[in-house]
Amino acid sequence: MTSLSGASGSLSLNLRIWRQDNPGEPGAYRSFRLERVGADLSLLEALDQLNEQLIATGERPVHFEHDCREGICGSCGFLVNGQAHGPRAATSVCQLYLRQFADGATLTLEPWRSRAFPPIQDLVVERSALDRLIAAGGYCSVNTGQAPDGNAMLIGQEQAASAFATATCIGCGACVASCRNASASLFVAAKLAHLGQLPQGQPERRRRARAMQQQMTAEGFGSCSSNLECEAVCPKQISADWISWMHREAR
Amino acid sequence: MIEHCGISRDAGGLRSGLEELAALAGRFHAEVRVPGTAEGPNPELEKALRVADFFGLAQLMLRDALAREESCGAHFREEHQSAEGEARRDDANFAHIAAWEHRGDGAEPLRHAEPLRFTTLQPSTRSYR
Repeated sequence: MTSLSGASGSLSLNLRIWRQDNPGEPGAYRSFRLERVGADLSLLEALDQLNEQLIATGERPVHFEHDCREGICGSCGFLVNGQAHGPRAATSVCQLYLRQFADGATLTLEPWRSRAFPPIQDLVVERSALDRLIAAGGYCSVNTGQAPDGNAMLIGQEQAASAFATATCIGCGACVASCRNASASLFVAAKLAHLGQLPQGQPERRRRARAMQQQMTAEGFGSCSSNLECEAVCPKQISADWISWMHREAR
Repeated sequence: MIEHCGISRDAGGLRSGLEELAALAGRFHAEVRVPGTAEGPNPELEKALRVADFFGLAQLMLRDALAREESCGAHFREEHQSAEGEARRDDANFAHIAAWEHRGDGAEPLRHAEPLRFTTLQPSTRSYR
């Protein structure tokens, strides 16, 4: 990142975007120029503008995933100049604004790269492996009937807050995409630590920890070698300390 | 749809809604351009199919509203109101659920009625006066 553009000004950008029609065809970078677009646009809004231009000329628009566009759903995610979700910490790519970039900058946009995330099209990859990891975790035993009384199950405020901090994982896959081993350790650790710290998660705690870590290997995710890139790119800033905690859980 | 098939509607408005809809759907199917190919995913095609579905849904709502010659709660047919402007029900003829059978493109859909039988409580006009 170099000098920042004016808050309400405009800028021109060169976008180098990975285009791939389908998994069976080889992909390639294509360059596009965005002329004088508002600096207050988000990067995804800039892609929307680019897509409008492409549709007008009859070309297939750039495919990227998006939904809430406020960093809470986990749909969006691709590499911007090699960094998952772009250069800003603690944000997903939908929260990245053009004012972050200098006028005339070149942005290279490419999809997550991981054996467990096969390409679908352009910036979209298949992330069902994360769903299967969740499914491998199984169920939590809860008593049926009336909603339990709020104070019947005691839990300390610090413990509840810590569980919540891990529950903020939106499952975007940035941790996997940024790991040189394409490990899903931070994702799985966050899911395990979310339930493992709460009273409701205790009955199946060990079984869940083992099953999810076995599924991680089965899906083709690599192992953790403590490079901590996952923590650095996580839009929710989930601590990689939970990976060590996860390894102890499976014993 | 807001203009012709809103909370308050009448037969004339519903009929002109059906005409406008047919013209709009015809234009859509004649002029729609979907970029991309059939090889691989095509989100633009998904959007186009969704719009095409909305035409079918809009037609169904307009037809059904036109066929229901009574006011029923917030489905207010302006022809069917009391002197005070309240909704006038017609349970003798419309105490049923209507289901429309699609009989192929271009063919008129067929309306089926599944009668509703009330045994303990009879439906009546809800009046707040």
